[in-house]
Amino acid sequence: MQYFTTHQLTGDSLSCNRDDRTLFDGLSFSVTSGQALLLEGENGSGKTSLLRIICGFREPDAGAVLWGDEAIPNHQYYADMAYVGHLDGIKKELTVAENLRLAQALSQSGKLTISQALEKVKLSGYDDTLIQALSAGQKRRLSLARLLITHNVLWILDEPFTSLDKQGIELIESLMVEHCVAGGVIVMTSHHDVNLPGVDIKRIRLSK
Amino acid sequence: MTMFNAFAALVRRDLVLAMRRRSEIANPVLFFILVITLFPLGIGAQPKLLQAIAPGIIWVSALLATMLSLDSLFRSDFDDGSLEQILLSPQPTSILVLGKVTAHWLTTGLPLLIVAPLLAVFLGMPNHSLSILLLTLLLGTPILSLIGAVGVALTVGLRRGGMILSLLVLPLYVPVLIFASNAVEMASGGLPVNAQISILVSMLIAALVLTPWPTAAALKMSIS
Repeated sequence: MQYFTTHQLTGDSLSCNRDDRTLFDGLSFSVTSGQALLLEGENGSGKTSLLRIICGFREPDAGAVLWGDEAIPNHQYYADMAYVGHLDGIKKELTVAENLRLAQALSQSGKLTISQALEKVKLSGYDDTLIQALSAGQKRRLSLARLLITHNVLWILDEPFTSLDKQGIELIESLMVEHCVAGGVIVMTSHHDVNLPGVDIKRIRLSK
Repeated sequence: MTMFNAFAALVRRDLVLAMRRRSEIANPVLFFILVITLFPLGIGAQPKLLQAIAPGIIWVSALLATMLSLDSLFRSDFDDGSLEQILLSPQPTSILVLGKVTAHWLTTGLPLLIVAPLLAVFLGMPNHSLSILLLTLLLGTPILSLIGAVGVALTVGLRRGGMILSLLVLPLYVPVLIFASNAVEMASGGLPVNAQISILVSMLIAALVLTPWPTAAALKMSIS
């Protein structure tokens, strides 16, 4: 599926201070449809802080983040974005399908149905399994399945490869390539090397 | 329509969760029953005295039972990241917050309402004031949940927010306690209680309209 309009996420001279320490200052970037932005840096260099600013959880100490021409947070932005953080955001007392159904109700339905998405992330047949019976890698794949069942253009991923095995990483990478080729935008952090053939990857290196 | 769907889905999810962690919902009701049954044992066989203080005992116990259950309102969602997802929803956060509070009331306030008649009889409350007791609980416990939500939203990010939560929320609970227990007391004396009930109704409407916004704003602050 192709998105007909191009989308653009812009960071305009962002800065962030944490307890008298400047994590970054005057940081600008811009990613458009089909591109991925990879944030690199050591632990504590402010990658997650930057992601949380992009999500709208935190306000930057200076500067602004723009989705299209409008400053976030705004309604359209929340309708267009999806976030997978280091907390999975899934309830361990609920089944796989129940978790995904809630995600769908909170957002808008996307291109895939729940069973299609589960098949994509190799979890089909687990619909009625309680989350507490899943392994860490399966949970991760489930939280990434959320990206497929809801409408979204911008994926914000904080360490998406954590606790995934080699096949899992390849699987998620292929989903990311698919998303970018269809005109989506990805912003992510990762310690691993990211291999996204055919996708224009921009990099920001944050240093302490 | 999607807004209503999101609201309903959240209520349904929380009810399913409550069914799967039954001990958590049994806790406040059990506390309510225990406190009330201990009073006659402590005071001794003085039916007149018990009857006189019954409205106060029931209402104070209901208030404390609600306070006890407040922390669970957003805690697990905060810990596992579901709260982030709720706040990132394009649906208005205040509506989603209202869904959470509705589910909280259904699992903690409503059970109190169900066991209250039994406990009222136990304390020797006259039959004609029973309906007024239930009415005040029906109007009052949602107010407690709604006001409590603001306090929990403010303190959910703190590691030990329990003490601050009670300090924040208790003063706001006092008016509900005063009007509700006064209504029950007047009713047992056979006096009209329209004024107190009207005040409780207006407090409920005000809480329904006014508390979801500060709760939503406080949750956003807690998560940053």
